[in-house]
Amino acid sequence: MPQLELLDFAPQLMWLAITFITLYIVMARVALPRIATVIEERRDRIASDLDEAEQLKQSTDEAIAAYEQALAEARARAHAIAQETREALSREVEAEKAEVEKQIAKKADEAEKAIADAKTAAIANLSDVASGAAETIVKELVGGKLTKAEVNKAVSKALAS
Amino acid sequence: MPDPMHQFEIKRLVELDVFGLDASFTNSSLFMVLAAMCVIFLTIFGMRGRALVPTRMQSVAEISYEFVANMVRDNVGSGGQRYFPFVFTLFMFILFCNMLGMLPYSFTVTSHIIITFAMAAVVFIGVTIIGFAKHGIGFLKFFVPSGVPVALLPLLVVIEVISYLTRPVSLSVRLFANMMAGHTMLKVFGAFVVGLGVIGGWAPLAFMVAFTGLEILVAFLQAYVFAILTCIYLNDALHMHH
Repeated sequence: MPQLELLDFAPQLMWLAITFITLYIVMARVALPRIATVIEERRDRIASDLDEAEQLKQSTDEAIAAYEQALAEARARAHAIAQETREALSREVEAEKAEVEKQIAKKADEAEKAIADAKTAAIANLSDVASGAAETIVKELVGGKLTKAEVNKAVSKALAS
Repeated sequence: MPDPMHQFEIKRLVELDVFGLDASFTNSSLFMVLAAMCVIFLTIFGMRGRALVPTRMQSVAEISYEFVANMVRDNVGSGGQRYFPFVFTLFMFILFCNMLGMLPYSFTVTSHIIITFAMAAVVFIGVTIIGFAKHGIGFLKFFVPSGVPVALLPLLVVIEVISYLTRPVSLSVRLFANMMAGHTMLKVFGAFVVGLGVIGGWAPLAFMVAFTGLEILVAFLQAYVFAILTCIYLNDALHMHH
């Protein structure tokens, strides 16, 4: 069994020591700190990127909130303006309507008055015409002579009854 | 039939002598150097871009780092980060030695008990020193289980001490035996394939293909087991959990 060859132990141990110690020094001094730095840097970078993303998300949220608020305000204002306009318009319409109604009422009054006047005048004329007609009829029928005063009296009496 | 143990022979490529010690550059040395170079290549050349979005090789280096870092964090807990470079080196070195050993005509460094035992002994001695440095003489309480009848204590303390002392043995033999057995098995079945020829060789060949897959799993798993047991021993020494 070559493993138990005592004379081969010394060179193996010697070279094990040389290679292992060299490897240990290179690893401990150079390689491992370098790998650690790279991994650390990557972890930091990822963390800072995540932070940045978080911040950007936050500012986006803020912008969205501001936009939403502005939109809501604008909508409220638009609503108010619309309401105001509507009220103003309806007020105007009401006023105009009232004016027109007033005019109509005035005109109706005037017309009524004119009608009443016309009626009175007509009635007055009617008694004259009736008197004339009665006088003529009486004259034709009886051939008598009637004074105007008598005829008027009779007509007034007839009209009044 | 070729000798299945032939593959484990140490061949001196360059004879060297340092102060009377045999420090020859052997085939084992070559593969240890190759393994160390592979690890360095992966972790330094692979990370050269230091990219935010890693390339494939950088990804492998980072996954290895995080794998061992998680292992240390989960199994050692507080104060374990100091030993992370050691556990990482241990894991990667064993892993690459095992994986390089899977290449045909290569040499498996970890199939030698002296190598695995040396690493296990370093872990064992280091962990014991850490235990005493951290808790002083109080570390001996580690061998006294709590909540047992006093009459049983002498027996249990003896058992605890023995189980503690066998740690380097179990740690080293597990890795060495797995590697040696797997490679011997592959060699034996390889000889069957050749011996049975075109007509009968297909069955052992199919077995070898499947077994090679299993061996790759074992190569990874044994490196993992070695590293995680090191973490558990470190945790024992640092926190004296039982």
